[in-house]
Amino acid sequence: MRPLTIGRLLFRCGILAALLFVVVVIALKMGAVQVSLYGLGRDLLSVLLGQSSAISTDYGMIVVDIRLPRILLGIVVGASLSVAGASFQALLRNPLADPYVLGVSSGAAVGAIIALIIESHLALSPEIAGLITPFGAFLGAAVTIAAVYFLGRRDGQIDSSTLLLGGIITASFLSAIIMFLMNTLAGSNLRGTVFWLMGDLSTPQPRSLLYLLSFGFLAAAGAIYTTASDLNLLLAGEKEAMHLGVDVPRVRIVVYLAASILTGLAVSVSGAIGYVGLLVPHVMRLIFGADHRMLLPASALGGAIAIVIADTLARTIVAPSELPVGAMTAMAGAPLFIYLLRRRLT
Amino acid sequence: MSSALRNPLPSSEQTRSASDVRLSVEQVSYAYAPNPSQAPLFTLEALSFHAKPGEIVAILGPNASGKSTLLKLISGALEPLSGRIILNGFVTHSLTPRTRAQRIALVQQESRLLFPSRAWEFVLQGRHPYGSGLRFETQDDVTIATNALTQVGANHLSDRWMDKISGGEKQRVILARALAQQPLLLLLDEPTLHLDIGAQVDLLHNLRRLAAENRYTVVVVTHELNLAGEYADQVVLLQKGKCLRVGPPASVFQRELLEQVFQAPLSVEMTSSGRPRVTLFSNT
Repeated sequence: MRPLTIGRLLFRCGILAALLFVVVVIALKMGAVQVSLYGLGRDLLSVLLGQSSAISTDYGMIVVDIRLPRILLGIVVGASLSVAGASFQALLRNPLADPYVLGVSSGAAVGAIIALIIESHLALSPEIAGLITPFGAFLGAAVTIAAVYFLGRRDGQIDSSTLLLGGIITASFLSAIIMFLMNTLAGSNLRGTVFWLMGDLSTPQPRSLLYLLSFGFLAAAGAIYTTASDLNLLLAGEKEAMHLGVDVPRVRIVVYLAASILTGLAVSVSGAIGYVGLLVPHVMRLIFGADHRMLLPASALGGAIAIVIADTLARTIVAPSELPVGAMTAMAGAPLFIYLLRRRLT
Repeated sequence: MSSALRNPLPSSEQTRSASDVRLSVEQVSYAYAPNPSQAPLFTLEALSFHAKPGEIVAILGPNASGKSTLLKLISGALEPLSGRIILNGFVTHSLTPRTRAQRIALVQQESRLLFPSRAWEFVLQGRHPYGSGLRFETQDDVTIATNALTQVGANHLSDRWMDKISGGEKQRVILARALAQQPLLLLLDEPTLHLDIGAQVDLLHNLRRLAAENRYTVVVVTHELNLAGEYADQVVLLQKGKCLRVGPPASVFQRELLEQVFQAPLSVEMTSSGRPRVTLFSNT
């Protein structure tokens, strides 16, 4: 008997964090403009020491002002989507659940677009206007997951295939709504919207939104983590969990709201990036097991690593042009998903 | 030794002197209707029985007689329409899920796992009621879980995967998880279903030993008349939501009564140990 200890948890997370650091350094180095590792180290050090003014080279500017914020954004988005995916999988007792597959990302996108339309009709200061979009995305995500949850219920129990089908149908319905809304969004940049819908990290985000995103991630992921042991038992079914002392309705509402916040925030800054929330928890489960006390932090770090790698490829593979990161995750994720699915079945 | 290791519960003088009865089911009834305006599809008429520590109560009856409903009422999962169920002075339904899980352990018909886990992980789940939503197992938890596996003779299964062991072995591990909860009351819903005869006898034998050693009160729903006759201290006989008889097996197991309830010709004889034995005849 070797139950998970805090020491082992921190050790494993430390390894993943170190891996993330290495990936971030490589991502900073790669791009249309090559940067030497030495120059990179020197410039990062001056930023950390609060001497950004000491950076004189244009390369340093590219790294610190363009690549670094984008990478940090990717880290939070990847972590949010993966934690949301792992939570949905436990909550809905479905290993194939994920914000994208269930249509929750599309719901968040609809919410965000409606918020954008409302914003354009109100005379608001840019700071406040910038916060309406993520809130709209959160509402969209929350409404969608509630709808999919009730679509997937049969005789008071969640039916796995009904749930997935319900999610897919909801997603296609919402895509149609998005097309409709996009055509009514007069004067907007259509290419930008299409990129955003595919999942995109290239648009610079206002600072207030980045703070909101980071704070929202910590709060929501933290809330989910307080139920980690409960989620382990929920995998065996709601009744069984109840008989083992889990306050099922409370856990359900906490995880449902927090996962909707995570999805809404991620979608409002980066659009619908698919497969990360599905695959990262899967891979982490294969490596570390299904214990959510380990799985949730591992998924957060793994999701960050996956998105940083995918986004680095997205902006270098066809340089000087760019692909949306969602296209990269789908290209890499879909085959990997099919492989995992076949493996489970045999 | 820490207080957590007392097995299974503090048999304090206070609880013993207050009353020798641990579980009282008092005039409990229930009605199930798909929606409140319709007439109920199923009703359980008011019934009562009492059980002491160390006693095994078997709930017997044909399908749709209300056995599982009664068990759910006792477990606190359902709220009785009238009457109350009291465990050591507390109404079971009004306890929080966590407190309830510290006092009542339920062994259900096979549960399907979404992701495979090892037997020891499964048994450690029984310690969940003693922590919060995010908890890390202590050395005490490991000791209790190991003891639970030893008590059901399943120590060798500890590192095996739950989906790679036989039905009988699995049932032992599930029972070990219930023991790890250190309950006052152990509820079992058709635990012998899907088990071969050897494993059935083995399980019931284990139950009787555990109930005697740890002073658990055991309530078991079963279809196995002879196992109930052999191992139970009390039998509750149900038919179509009505409680026909409560008492020791020797008084409940009467040929006419059982024939009428189970709609099958049978004979009842007493063994040398004073236990009834039922033999079924074919209709032809």
